[in-house]
Amino acid sequence: MPQIKIRTDKLNLYYGANHALKDITLSIRSHAVTALIGPSGCGKSTFLKTLNRMNDLTDGVRITGKVYLDGADIYHPGVDVMALRKQVGMVFQQPNPFPMSIYDNIAYGPRIHGIKGKERLDEIVERSLRQAAIWEETGDRLHKPALGLSGGQKQRLCIARALAVGPEVLLMDEPTSALDPVSTLKVEELIGQLKRKYTIVIVTHNMQQAARVSDETAFFLMGEVVEFASTDRLFAQPADRKTLEYITGKFG
Amino acid sequence: MRQIDSILYRSSQVSCAQAIEKAAEMIFSLCAFTAVGAVFSITLYMIANGVPAVFQAGVKEILFTTVWQPTATEPSFGILYVILTSIIGTFLAVLLGVPVGILAAVFLAEVAPRRLAAVVRPAVELLAGIPSVIYGVLGMMILNPLMYRLEQRIFADSQTHQFTGGANLLSAVFVLALMILPTVINISEAALLAVPPELKASSLALGASPVQTIFQVTIPAARSGILAAVVLGVGRAVGEAMAISLVSGNSVNLPLPFHSVRFLTTAIVSEMGYAGGLHRQVLFTIGLVLFVFIMIINGILSSILKGEKRG
Amino acid sequence: MMRKLKDDVLLCLIYLAAFGAEFLLLGILVYVFVKGFPYVDLQFLTTVTSVLQGTVGIAGNMVNTIYIVVLTLVIAVPIGIGSAIYLNEYARPGKMVRLITFTTQTLAGIPSILFGLFGMMFFGITLGLGYSILTGALTLSLMVLPLITRNTQEALLAVPESYKSGALSMGAGKWYMIRTILLPSAMPGIVTGVLLAVGRIMGESAALLFTAGSGYLLPKSAGGWFHKVAESGGTLTIQLYLSMSKAQYDVGFGIAVVLLCILFCMNLIMKFFAKYTTESQR
Repeated sequence: MPQIKIRTDKLNLYYGANHALKDITLSIRSHAVTALIGPSGCGKSTFLKTLNRMNDLTDGVRITGKVYLDGADIYHPGVDVMALRKQVGMVFQQPNPFPMSIYDNIAYGPRIHGIKGKERLDEIVERSLRQAAIWEETGDRLHKPALGLSGGQKQRLCIARALAVGPEVLLMDEPTSALDPVSTLKVEELIGQLKRKYTIVIVTHNMQQAARVSDETAFFLMGEVVEFASTDRLFAQPADRKTLEYITGKFG
Repeated sequence: MRQIDSILYRSSQVSCAQAIEKAAEMIFSLCAFTAVGAVFSITLYMIANGVPAVFQAGVKEILFTTVWQPTATEPSFGILYVILTSIIGTFLAVLLGVPVGILAAVFLAEVAPRRLAAVVRPAVELLAGIPSVIYGVLGMMILNPLMYRLEQRIFADSQTHQFTGGANLLSAVFVLALMILPTVINISEAALLAVPPELKASSLALGASPVQTIFQVTIPAARSGILAAVVLGVGRAVGEAMAISLVSGNSVNLPLPFHSVRFLTTAIVSEMGYAGGLHRQVLFTIGLVLFVFIMIINGILSSILKGEKRG
Repeated sequence: MMRKLKDDVLLCLIYLAAFGAEFLLLGILVYVFVKGFPYVDLQFLTTVTSVLQGTVGIAGNMVNTIYIVVLTLVIAVPIGIGSAIYLNEYARPGKMVRLITFTTQTLAGIPSILFGLFGMMFFGITLGLGYSILTGALTLSLMVLPLITRNTQEALLAVPESYKSGALSMGAGKWYMIRTILLPSAMPGIVTGVLLAVGRIMGESAALLFTAGSGYLLPKSAGGWFHKVAESGGTLTIQLYLSMSKAQYDVGFGIAVVLLCILFCMNLIMKFFAKYTTESQR
C-alpha cells in the first residue's frame, strides 16, 4: 500500500453560484507525480489551488468537504495558512520571478519564515538552485536581476524559489505552457528528479507531457473527476468513454 | 486523529506574525477613512458656519438682493450679483476654453506629427502645474492694460460708465479660460488616445476622410472622457480664487463684460482678512454656496465616471 | 468638393486652436522669465526683505515653503499610501469602498479656498493652532491626500498579480508581501504622486492665506527653527500674491521665476521616474 500524502474527501467549490468542483475524492501518493488533465475550464487548476488554499484570495469562493495533508484537515479553522503554504509550494504557469536579484528571489521564502544568517541563506540558495538544475547557469551571477534570465531559466528559478522554503508537496500549474520545447524538456527532466524527494501535483494541457512525467493521472471534466488511475493504465486502456475521447483528441 | 500535533496549527510565534498582519490591516483601514472623515467634517463645518447668517439676515436678503454693504452702519448682505458673477464668469470661460482645449487635444492626439506632439505634450503637462497666481499676475500685467484701452475706446462717450482700468469680468474670463486649458487638453487627449485604433481604422476603411473620422468616430467614442475633462474644467474655474482676484476688479456689480466684478471665491479672499461678526458669517455663507456648487459638479462628474465604467 | 472644403475648414480650426492654446501657454513661460530673471540674484535668494538693511529677499519664504512641503508630506504621504493599500489590497468591494472612493474623489474636487476656510476654522480655531505653518500643513494634507491615494492606487494596480501570488504561495503574510514585493515594485509610481503633491503644495495660495498666514522672517535663534512650526509663515506663492497685490512687481516676477524653475526641475525628475517605471516593467 503506497503512502498517501494528500487526500480530498467530497470536496466542493463554488464561485458564487457557479459550482466549479463537484464531490472530488482523490488520494495523491507521496513521492510520485500526479498529473491533472482535462479541457480548459474543467476545474483542474481550481482543484490545484485548493491544495494550498490559494483560492482563499479569490472573493466569493466557498468550499465544502475536506482536504487532508498527512491526515490533518487543511481547512480546519485552527490551521495557519502561511505554515500550510510553506509545506505545499507552488509553481505558476507564467514564470514570475520577483524584480530582485536571483539570490534575493531564492532567499525570499526562507526570510519570510525567519531564517536570517547569511551562511544559512547562502547554503539554502545554492542547494535550491542545484536541486532545480539551474546552479550551473546562475551560480556566478547570483546578484544580477532575475528578470534578465530567459523564460526557461526563470521558470526553473521559480521552482528553486519554491523549493527553498523546504516544502513537501510541489503544486505546478501548467509550468511549461509558456516555455519553448527545449526549456520544457529541461523542466520535465527536473520533475523526474524532484519526485524522489517531493510529492508533485502537476496541471497540464499537454497529454504527452502527462504521459511522460506522471505516475498517476486524474482526468477532470466539468468540475468532476471522470477517471483517476495510474498514468500507464489511463492512457493505455481508459475505463471511461469520455476519457478515451479526450486523450484521442476528439475534444478539448 | 493526529490533528493536534500537526505542524500546520498555529504556535505562539506564528500568532505574533499574525498580530502584526492584523495591526497592519487596522492601520490601513484607518488611513482610508481619513478621506471620509475629512469630507464629512468639511461639510459639517461649512453648514455650521454658513447657515446661521442665513437665519440672522434672512434667506431672501442674502441670496436674492444685490446690495453688498457689509460694513455700513446699516449693513446689507445681498450676494446675488456675486453668485451671478461666478455662474456667468465660469460659463463664459468654459465656453471659450473648452472648444479650444478639445481641438488642441485633437491636434495632439490625432493630427500632430509624433515628434511635435512629444515636445508639446510635456509642456502642456508642465503648464497644468503652474501656480494659479502666476496666471493672475500675467492677466494683471498684460490683459488688464489691453482691456483698459479697449474700454477707453468703447466707452469714450459714455457718461455713466465707471472705468475699471481693465480689471473687469472679461479679463477674469480670459484668465480662467486659459487656466482650464491644460486640464481640458490633458484629460481630453488621454480620452482620445484611449479610443481603440480599430475603431478609427474601420471608419477610414469605409472611405471616411481622417477629419470626418475624428469628428464622427473618435470624438464621440471619447465622449465620456472629454465630458469629464469639461466638468473638471468647470470645477477648476468655479473654485479658482487667487488668479482672478488679481484681475477682476473686486467690486460687487452686475456681471457685464466691462464691469468690475466679484466672484464667490474672491469675495472670501478679499474680505476674510478683516471681517468680523455677521459679516464674517456671511462670508461663510458665500463659502457654503460655493461648496454646494462644487458638490453638484462633483455629483455630475461621478455619474459620468460611473457611466464610463459601465459603458 | 463640399466634403473637402469642410474637412479643410475643420482642420484649420484644429491647427488654430492647437497653436493658439499652446503658444499662448508657452508664451506665458517666456514672458515670466524675461520679466523676472533680472531680479533673481544671490541677495534676492539669501536675504529677508528689510527696510532697515535695504534688502529685498525671499529667504524666509523659501524656508517656509520647505517647512510646509515637508510637514505636509510627512502627514499626507503615509495616510495616502495606507489608504491606497487598504482600498486595493484589503477592502472587499462593497459600500465601504464606494464611500471611500467617493469621498476621495470629492476631496479632490473641493476648491482650495474652501480648504482654506475649513483649515482656518478647524485647525486654526477649534484646535487652537492659530495662523501657523502647522495649520497650513494640516490643511494642505487634506488637499493633497486624494492625489497621493490615487497615484499610489494606480501604481499598485500596475504591479503584476503574479508577483503577489508568487509571494503568498510561499507562505508570506499579506503585509509582508506588500512590504517586500508590492511597495518596492510600485515605488516609482508612488514617487510620481508625491512629486505631483509637492508641485501642488508649492503652487498653492488660497488654502494657505488664512491658515499659514504670511510671515516672511527667518528664525533668529536655534530654538526658533523649532518654534517656527507654530508660527505664521508665507510660502513663495503667498508672497508672490501679496507682492503683486501691493504692486511690487519686480519681487513678484522674481518669485515667479524661482517657482517655475523649481517646478521645472520637479517635472524633469518626474519624467525620469516615469521612464524608469516603463523600463523596469519591460
